[in-house]
Amino acid sequence: MTDAYIFDHVRSPRGRGRANGSLHEVTPVALLTQVLEAIRDRNGLDTSRLDDVVMGCVSPVGEQGACIARTAVLNANYAENVPGKQLNRFCASGLEAVNTAAAQVMSGQSDLTIGGGVECMSRVPMGSDSGAMHADPAVATRIYFVPQGIGADLIATLEGFTRDDVDAYAAESQKRAANAWEQGWFARSVVPIRDQLGSTLLDRDEHLRPGTTVQDLAELKPAFEVPGQQAGFDAVALQKYPQVESIRHVHTAGNSSGIVDGAAAVLIGTRESGKALGLTPRARIRGFASIGTDPTIMLTGPAPSAEKVLKRCGMTAQDIDLFELNEAFASVVMLFMRRLDVPHERINVNGGAIALGHPLGATGAMILGTVLDELERRDANTALVNLCVGGGMGTATIIERV
Amino acid sequence: MKTIDYTVGGDGVAILTIDVKDKPMNVLTPDFLADIAAVADRLGADAKLKGAVITSGKSSFMAGADLKQIVDSFDEERDVAQVYGWCRTLQQALRRLETCGKPIAAAINGTALGGGLEVCLACHYRVVGDNPKTRLGQPEVSIGLIPGAGATQRLPRLIGIERALRLMTEGRHLRPAEALEAGIVDQLVPEGQEVEAARAWVLERGVAVQPWDQKGFKVPGGAGLMHPAAVQTFVVGSALLQKMTNHNYPAPLAIMSAVYEGTVLPIDKALDLESKYFTRMLMSTVARNMIRTLFLNKGAADKLVRRPKSPARRPVQKLGILGAGMMGAGIAYVSAQAGMQVVLLDTGLDKAEHGKDYSRKLLQERVDKGRMGADDARAVLDRIATTTDYAELAGCELVIEAVFEDRGIKAGVTGKAEAAIGADAIFASNTSTLPITSLAQASARPEQFIGIHFFSPVDKMPLVEVIVGEQTGEVAIAQALDYIQQIGKTPIVVNDSRGFYTSRVFGTYSREGITLLAEGVNPALIENVAKHAGMPVGPLAVTDEVSLELSYHVMRQTRKDLGDAYRPSAADAVVTRFVEEFDRRGKRFGKGFYDYPEGAKKHLWPGLAEHYPLAAEQPAPDEVRKRLLYVQALETVRCMEEGVLTHPADADIGSVFGWGFPPYTGGTLSFIETVGLAEFVREADRLARAYGERFAVPKTLRGMAERGETFYGNQRKAEQRSAA
Repeated sequence: MTDAYIFDHVRSPRGRGRANGSLHEVTPVALLTQVLEAIRDRNGLDTSRLDDVVMGCVSPVGEQGACIARTAVLNANYAENVPGKQLNRFCASGLEAVNTAAAQVMSGQSDLTIGGGVECMSRVPMGSDSGAMHADPAVATRIYFVPQGIGADLIATLEGFTRDDVDAYAAESQKRAANAWEQGWFARSVVPIRDQLGSTLLDRDEHLRPGTTVQDLAELKPAFEVPGQQAGFDAVALQKYPQVESIRHVHTAGNSSGIVDGAAAVLIGTRESGKALGLTPRARIRGFASIGTDPTIMLTGPAPSAEKVLKRCGMTAQDIDLFELNEAFASVVMLFMRRLDVPHERINVNGGAIALGHPLGATGAMILGTVLDELERRDANTALVNLCVGGGMGTATIIERV
Repeated sequence: MKTIDYTVGGDGVAILTIDVKDKPMNVLTPDFLADIAAVADRLGADAKLKGAVITSGKSSFMAGADLKQIVDSFDEERDVAQVYGWCRTLQQALRRLETCGKPIAAAINGTALGGGLEVCLACHYRVVGDNPKTRLGQPEVSIGLIPGAGATQRLPRLIGIERALRLMTEGRHLRPAEALEAGIVDQLVPEGQEVEAARAWVLERGVAVQPWDQKGFKVPGGAGLMHPAAVQTFVVGSALLQKMTNHNYPAPLAIMSAVYEGTVLPIDKALDLESKYFTRMLMSTVARNMIRTLFLNKGAADKLVRRPKSPARRPVQKLGILGAGMMGAGIAYVSAQAGMQVVLLDTGLDKAEHGKDYSRKLLQERVDKGRMGADDARAVLDRIATTTDYAELAGCELVIEAVFEDRGIKAGVTGKAEAAIGADAIFASNTSTLPITSLAQASARPEQFIGIHFFSPVDKMPLVEVIVGEQTGEVAIAQALDYIQQIGKTPIVVNDSRGFYTSRVFGTYSREGITLLAEGVNPALIENVAKHAGMPVGPLAVTDEVSLELSYHVMRQTRKDLGDAYRPSAADAVVTRFVEEFDRRGKRFGKGFYDYPEGAKKHLWPGLAEHYPLAAEQPAPDEVRKRLLYVQALETVRCMEEGVLTHPADADIGSVFGWGFPPYTGGTLSFIETVGLAEFVREADRLARAYGERFAVPKTLRGMAERGETFYGNQRKAEQRSAA
């Protein structure tokens, strides 16, 4: 098997995913185009050498429809011979795109690829593509579908995480993210996004709220209590989890991932192709794995997917220096730490989506880049990147510096 | 034509009058379907015709299918292709009508339900007469079916997906004005003018094409998953549906799927899709169970199928009630409401008045809600006389005692009442626990002594259990049944036994739940699984509601009465501890298995975890479910074996309407038939080995399983034998 190396990665800053977000005026294709331009230009890349561009996107309809990957490739004026494909593994789409791009290299079918993702949640709201999973009555009832927030609350209930516990986790995420920005640790990979006149619209993540305390967070209303109780979702969850007397709704907008706009790209290839283009490998992709878990609670995939990829790589959790698990909800990360016995000091060391936001299709590629930067800063070696995934899945990737 | 009178007037409008002979209401018979198809051809072929009006020759317009025929078909050899073929015939007859090329208006001159309303929906225009008794709706879901003559497709195309879904999944009946508002009918006219209004539409405004057959038609409000509103309807609808059905009832989901998939199809394909879903429902035992128990057998019970032929019907004019506690007060209310003079007697006038207060409160609520006039309410109250004097009972045809469950007290009031009432009056006890035969010992005329067991709260619970003691005569049975029919409740008739039928079997449910707790099973699991199995309340919650104190007293009384024959249950020790050690006596006392915090939802008592620590290994939910349902079914079989029950219908009706055994099962015995007797016996044997004697299979059941018999099959054979 050929080794797949990471040469570079860039991402956009994450704009608030609302009408007042700084990236709201930027179309998804324009956002992804600027990211593709940046990774090309800063590496002096001859794009005709690319074998494929794989992009994750979770709501591939409207402005994000019609294969956004190929659309952006054309719009970024890449060489005509560069194809593009869009894929969807819900929240892990960005990481899955990197894995797929790497897999093409590892299998010897490609020499140089880009993986990444895009999601403009302010313009194409979550759920815009609807889907049979939750809206076809036969399917939704067969799998006891409930929205992911109910699953996060169910995890907290089963594990005994209190509102204080999850808020404390969220406050720490805010603190770490703010510190990382202050120290300039994100600067290397974040490219400013500009308007057509060349003015910078945004060059920093704008969702985070530095200085947030547990007391501030305690003021927020549980986000899923009303749908849980009035739309019947709690009842559905209890049909699958009858050991629970009632679901404790602890998640709020403050301890769940933020809704944001963003895009990311990761340049991947064989050692030889990099050498030919004057690129220096920064890390090797050791392995990756995805797994299916119970779709109702939905968010318990990270631990089993991590265990699966560790096993494939002949490693244990002790061999991993840094963990990066998408902060979809606080309870998801807390459950993972408990299951794999990972101390908080080794996971999400620069915060995560609670503070920074979760542009669904792009996040996986973003956090892979973030943890690679952090490995280099600390001069550490291995990292495991992981996301919980809609429909009850988990996707995990292990990288290792070279 | 056998079912439709076809008359053409001078104005060129055909008047089609439906009159299905030998049926009290018009139903969708094969003859009717053939006639509708023939009518469609005739209308299309006659160039001089301007159009047609369909109406009914009976006081109601039309009901749905012939349900008895559907239930009977379960005993016949039939396959999916056959049933589907029948469903298509139904669809195609109506489709031919709406595409015959002539405008057709329905003149709805009375109730049109199920298939009856679907005939109207296949017309191009609907006029309904403003009759307060008229009801329109698609109630199929309440008997485990879905509309099968086009409503799942025509209704959403007419009024939008969300409103159509609500109508069909709730099975609600609409009054004429509500139907107009909902958009199901086009015009509301004074009663009797339906045909004229319909004829006027045909002549002046008639359109022979349905909206969904017109070019560019769109479902109102949108259909398909590219419509955000439709998405929301189906996402939330699927969750609420599961909350309602707990995955036990297939029909609501079939309705939702038929609408979800069908509303993006052209109408012909959509109707075919409905037929496929309808076929599946017709093949499902849930439909058989629900139609048989909730409709046919309940209907027969309401018509007093168990009543002896003689004596002739004697309505109660004057009713005596001894004891104005909760039960007595409730009995007084329902009886006065039904028009009887009621004498409510207690040891003190204040107590009797307190009992009457219950009626005052309920009547006031009805007046406040506009359901009753103040004068009518006063008339009901005036019919309830309170007293302490037994002499006032003179002239009562029936006296019901509802005093404290104590033999001595009951014997005392029996004697005093019998001294005051006429020689032909019947005396009934509303005991829920004491055998009637033993109470009758206090009576000077035990053949006129009977048990009439009400459920609490009396005004809400639909069932009444009549208990026949060893000496009870037919006159007493007839009188009890006549009375129950007067108050509009459903009777079952059982023979005497401790706990009779309902209390006896229901007791096994709460005891099994408490036994599970004693074994260290997670109490949330016990309660949730019970509810998911379809029981209205979990076994621990219901014990709280009945009160642990009462369970404690009944247990001690039973043990005293039975002596060595008493079989202790693991639940006994739990109940004893809760009363004696924890002083947690039930909901009424503010604490039991649950805590009842003021202004907040009840929750399981945290102390349970300490006193009944969770076993390391927890049973699968399915095992808990089986134990809770099987234990009730097996005790019912014992009641059949001992002759406490004489008819499977009484067992099923009593279980569903008495204590809420899940309707999808059809009742405790239909449940066994649904599982299959052989499979049920196998599982019960396994449960008996694992958990004890209470799951032991009664001999009769084992024999029936071996011979391939069923309860209803044997009942039918017995009836055929006695008829021959």
